[in-house]
Amino acid sequence: MRLRRRRRESNRLMPIKNQKDPGRGVFTRRALLFMAVQAGALGELAHKLYQLQIKDGDRYARMAASNRVSKRYLAPPRGRIMDRYGVALANNKENWRALLMPEETTDVSGTIERFSTIIPLDERDRARIAREMRHQRRFVPVMLRDFLSWEEMARIELNAPSLPGVLIDVGTRRVYPEGELLAHLIGYVAPPNERDVARSALLALPGMRVGRAGVEQSQDEKLRGTAGSVEMEVNSVGRVMSELNRVEGMPGGEIGLTIDRGLQQKVLARIGEQTASAVVMDCRNGEVLAMVSTPSFDPSLFDSGVSHTQWIEWTNNERTPLINKAVAGVYPPGSTFKPAVAMAGLQSGLFSPTDRVFCPGHLDVGGTRFHCWSRWGHGSVDLHQALKYSCDVYFYEMARRVGMDRIAEAAHKFGLGTPLDIELPHTRTGLIPTPTWRQSHHHHWNGGDTIVSGIGQGFVQVTPLQLATYTSRLATGRAVQPHLIRSMNGDLGPEASPEHWPMLDMPDTYLAALRGGMFAVVNEPHGTAPKARLDLPGITMAGKTGSAQVRRVSRAQRESGHFNSANLPWEYRPHALFICFAPYDAPRYAVSVVIEHGNTGADAAAPLARDIMTDTLLRDPVNHLTPPPESVANADTPDADTPE
Amino acid sequence: MKFHKRLLRAEPSFRLLSKLWRISWLYVLLICTLAGIGYVTLYSAGGGTPYPFAAPQAARFAVGLVLMITVAMLPPKMLVRISGPLYVLSIILLVAVLRMGHVGKGAERWLMIGGLQIQPSEYAKVALVLVLASWFHRISYARMGNPLWLLPPAFLVLLPVALVLKEPNLGTAVIIGGIGAAMFFAAGMRLWLITLLLLPMPYLAKFAYAHLHDYQRARITTFLNPESDPLGAGYNIIQSKIALGSGGMWGQGYLHGSQGQLNFLPEKQTDFIFTMIAEEWGYVGAVTVIGLLLVLILGGMLMAIRSRNRFGRLVALGISMNFFLYCLVNLSMVMGAIPVGGVPLPLVSYGGSAMLNVMLGFGLLLSTWVHRDSHFGDSENQDQA
Repeated sequence: MRLRRRRRESNRLMPIKNQKDPGRGVFTRRALLFMAVQAGALGELAHKLYQLQIKDGDRYARMAASNRVSKRYLAPPRGRIMDRYGVALANNKENWRALLMPEETTDVSGTIERFSTIIPLDERDRARIAREMRHQRRFVPVMLRDFLSWEEMARIELNAPSLPGVLIDVGTRRVYPEGELLAHLIGYVAPPNERDVARSALLALPGMRVGRAGVEQSQDEKLRGTAGSVEMEVNSVGRVMSELNRVEGMPGGEIGLTIDRGLQQKVLARIGEQTASAVVMDCRNGEVLAMVSTPSFDPSLFDSGVSHTQWIEWTNNERTPLINKAVAGVYPPGSTFKPAVAMAGLQSGLFSPTDRVFCPGHLDVGGTRFHCWSRWGHGSVDLHQALKYSCDVYFYEMARRVGMDRIAEAAHKFGLGTPLDIELPHTRTGLIPTPTWRQSHHHHWNGGDTIVSGIGQGFVQVTPLQLATYTSRLATGRAVQPHLIRSMNGDLGPEASPEHWPMLDMPDTYLAALRGGMFAVVNEPHGTAPKARLDLPGITMAGKTGSAQVRRVSRAQRESGHFNSANLPWEYRPHALFICFAPYDAPRYAVSVVIEHGNTGADAAAPLARDIMTDTLLRDPVNHLTPPPESVANADTPDADTPE
Repeated sequence: MKFHKRLLRAEPSFRLLSKLWRISWLYVLLICTLAGIGYVTLYSAGGGTPYPFAAPQAARFAVGLVLMITVAMLPPKMLVRISGPLYVLSIILLVAVLRMGHVGKGAERWLMIGGLQIQPSEYAKVALVLVLASWFHRISYARMGNPLWLLPPAFLVLLPVALVLKEPNLGTAVIIGGIGAAMFFAAGMRLWLITLLLLPMPYLAKFAYAHLHDYQRARITTFLNPESDPLGAGYNIIQSKIALGSGGMWGQGYLHGSQGQLNFLPEKQTDFIFTMIAEEWGYVGAVTVIGLLLVLILGGMLMAIRSRNRFGRLVALGISMNFFLYCLVNLSMVMGAIPVGGVPLPLVSYGGSAMLNVMLGFGLLLSTWVHRDSHFGDSENQDQA
């Protein structure tokens, strides 16, 4: 009843001032203030929500997608490397590995201990496992041992109950069936380091390898292929809910080399124990048919990691087994440089092939006497004779008159002292010195420097590959570039055709004069390399000897009259060089040989080059689509003269 | 129409019906709408099935609805009378929960009584609102000027705050303190006194921080820089923000929120249910929910202003404030604006104890509305109360 009565009295909704109800006005004002605060606070929240949902929406949507989608990569198989006939030189083999899933075992160290009683783990393994354990999350497996044999696998399987969390996984390992034969060319692979992984996430996949030398390194990207990936929807604990998307990877490219494995083998056999390098090249298109550098190393040691002692042994060896001397060894070319000097002389217009120089056995310039290798001199010689006898005075005189810049220009055109396009890492450029170069190093260029450069001594330095390229260019007149890659996934490149290579800017008559001189070196009486004469019917070869001093011959030694560099300690003997091409009338193959401290080109390098050329001509890899049977290749091969 | 109302009032037996008629059914409809949104979202949180969340929640809401209507019928006189005992009971429960309560996730503590989970801190809030309203109702507005009359209610506020802090549940303690402060202010506390009390606050805050638990401090540090610990303490905030952001304007679609459906969202059925709404329904849906909550809050405040008795005004304000602080803390929390603490979104989040408490509060609110014109116990005749 009271309720009813009161109700009638209240007509105004909000009496602001009420004497009967003091404090109501204050309450109303303050409640309105609260309402404003409440509306403001929720409005502010709506505004913040606008920021989150609309303004930054895209960013968070992307984060949500990456939250939801777990991407796993599928490692692509590394491409194989084959020789020109398809013989595998670098291949993939199944590799059985034992992995440990730390999540699945309660006692990690105990499991590892029990594992080591079955499969021994050495200190390096243990250190690596401990390292990986620290860095990886518990559901990422840690590799215990790889390269397990069948027997070892069986033992693990047998003991599986006492090895919780240990699982067997198959990966691939890189194998090099030819081992040391092609180690420098093919190179090797090693597990990627942290810098590699930072550059390409693909390399973080277990079992991925990075090429560390040779073609494996230079063609690493092509061999690697592209990773496939599977995108899976996962929930917050990582369990796969569904597969969203699958992208198949591309296996690495299959690379066919220009190398003829059989020829490579023969060249290596010919070199034997000497510290030497030899390059056989198709002089019409620059294909490298064989490239040998001795001594070599076993590349398979790198896949699992080289031991420290082995590494020390390699790096301290004065015969430098890890260095591919064919591209990274630089030597003074000695007399093999003379045809390049002659070309400079002819092109300068100061010399014609018939111009004669008198050789008394020495040349005096500015009070310094430059000796010819022959104490008695060669008398009056023209270009043909100068090349044939390898007369030093003729080329001293030519270099003096032509000047170093012209010589360098011609040498560079021949490929000497210039970077070549070979598909190998760690190559060296060598050097054709010029006065400008010398001055850039704050030294004065003496006239004598030009004169000794005329016979390929002094500062001149070239690689065996440059020598072979030089010989090829001399023989064909084409600016061929040496290359090792013949085909990619079976497709031949345009480099295989000789027409791909432009002609050198050198008159054919001059080139013919040089070839003639080099023919005389081998085939004419009194040539410097009679030992290089081929014993094959109807085929002749042209060449040039070279002996590069590594140490100055002192005046006292020279005048004693019975100085013989063969009596020097090994490391002081001159390098023996020989370059040649054959057949003389239709050049096809070019060979360069450098024997470190081999003493003289004529006695050591020339017979070796002749043997290599003989093998090459008999195999004739350029004209065969399949490797010639070994028996045919071996027929009628003359026994090699043992080099000194 | 007039006849209809007269009919209801005609006989004393119709008084109950008359009271029912005076309930703001529009307000009840709003409450049901929000609970419906909660049901729909819990259905999605359960992976598109009524179990384990949606169906039990609907049952609880039904119980809560009955409770609310029942409480709405209680006359204010009776509420004043039981406020004291209720308060004492809530303090006993708070002490009991400290002694033998169950601890869940470091913060919420509950008692198991007859198979029911009871969170005493929630009941303490309601009891505090009632007891403070009774006190301020009894002392007239005139006595608000004397600080001595404010000491007992201050003690009434600080006791549960201290007990809840000890649990330790920082979030609820702050809400209880906030409700108390709001009621003091609305009851007409003098401004000079407020100023005097606010002055030493910064020093108190410093002191309080020094006495926080490690996990509470961790919340504050991760709040300041959530990305510092993405898989640990900051995980919830980051995942919640990701879910909110990925909702965009129109949402990922009902039952298709990837963060919620794939369990990246922690506590998606309780504390982070708003995130789920925002992810699946987008900004539009989320703002709609915020709007509905605001309408409920402001509606409660209007009811407070409209009431013709001091007790009703203060109860309505206290309940509305409680509801508002709940929403504010929860929404700020899921948006990463304040440290995370186990505060659910009222009416929407899964949880029986919280649901019943909220409905109890709304029952009290509606009771003040039903009895809005009662002049009972006004200051001039306070002795009768």
